[in-house]
Amino acid sequence: MQDKSFCLLRSLGRWVNNALVRMGFATRFALAVLWLSGTALRRFQLTVREIYFTGVLSLIIILVSGLFVGMVLGLQGYDTLQRFGSSEALGVLVSLSLVRELGPVVAGLLFASRAGSAVTAEIGLMKATEQLTAMEMMAVNPIARVVAPRFWGGVISMPFLAALFSAMGVFGGWLVGVILIGVDDGAFWSQMQAAVDFKEDVVNGVIKSFVFGVLVSLIAVFEGYDSEPTAEGVSNATTRTVVTSALAILFSDFILTALMFRGG
Amino acid sequence: MNRTALDLWVGIFVAIGFAALAFLAMKVGNLSGANMVDAYVLRANFENVGGLKVRGPVKSAGVVVGRVAEIHFDPQSYEAVVTMNIDGRYHFPKDTFAAIFTSGLLGEQYVGLNVGGDEKMLNPGDKIKKTQSAVVLEQMIGQFLFSKAADGQEKK
Repeated sequence: MQDKSFCLLRSLGRWVNNALVRMGFATRFALAVLWLSGTALRRFQLTVREIYFTGVLSLIIILVSGLFVGMVLGLQGYDTLQRFGSSEALGVLVSLSLVRELGPVVAGLLFASRAGSAVTAEIGLMKATEQLTAMEMMAVNPIARVVAPRFWGGVISMPFLAALFSAMGVFGGWLVGVILIGVDDGAFWSQMQAAVDFKEDVVNGVIKSFVFGVLVSLIAVFEGYDSEPTAEGVSNATTRTVVTSALAILFSDFILTALMFRGG
Repeated sequence: MNRTALDLWVGIFVAIGFAALAFLAMKVGNLSGANMVDAYVLRANFENVGGLKVRGPVKSAGVVVGRVAEIHFDPQSYEAVVTMNIDGRYHFPKDTFAAIFTSGLLGEQYVGLNVGGDEKMLNPGDKIKKTQSAVVLEQMIGQFLFSKAADGQEKK
């Protein structure tokens, strides 16, 4: 009996210790990425390549999802608003929910699964095939040459993707609300402009998407760099990237929302 | 993928990203209409501001001429002091009348400025003397019911 409880306590202790060690490693890794970012920013071509892979290639999924999320918001919002006879407020509902919350959050989740997982798999595979070790042998720092450009590519792409998602969503809401259902065009835009504030809503949305970009990119490159150099290890790391990114986005979104829109 | 094509795609990506941001700022947000030219401050005391909010509109003849900057309670006079930022292009006479109206039955509340006929203009920082507080719907309904009941008793 005593043996068993000792065993349980020991496994709990091991779990906490491992988590702490990993957290410390992740922090030192993040500092190293920032410290060694000089190359990625000086030889900007490296980062441009990563913006292409994470940003440009994510465009299709972001634009199409944004359009459909906006259209669904238009339909559902109209259904609820017309019960209170205020269907002209549809523009306000669509634009505020997209610019404040759905744009950054859904774009961040899509970005994590589309681009973050790819970055993790790429770095993990580079590690498994000992390309990173080979670079170190040639006195090339793999963090500066491989990790930092991918990190900055993600950080730069994410705010643009979120803005495109929101803009596309507003367009989708307009398409359903004004063209399909027949809400008044002028009221749709003017009520939206009266209710959406540039600094309070649009800028805060951009700040959110920037924070999510930093989180997702950091988690993606860290999981790749930290993965076990086996086929199974890389697949586990890719899964962990998506799960951890999603949790990090939703958790930090709550904190940011509480800070930004408290009461108002 | 050669370098020029890569640069082109990334350029297009960044350009449409900025275009989306500009769309959100101009068409969705109110950046184009919000920047007032040399705003100046006017103050007004109200007995009751009702549901007036900071950043609510200040209108004259139905046109937005400013925004509510601050609302606080004055412990000396037990009144609400509303500070408004007024667009510098517009000036109002000394005997301007400030009232709190509601747009529509359930809409937002705003400060309405009814222009008087005085030759002298309000200077920045001045206080508007004549005000009318917000109409509270519950009070009005209460008064209406009360007067109805009083009528009914007189007839008996």
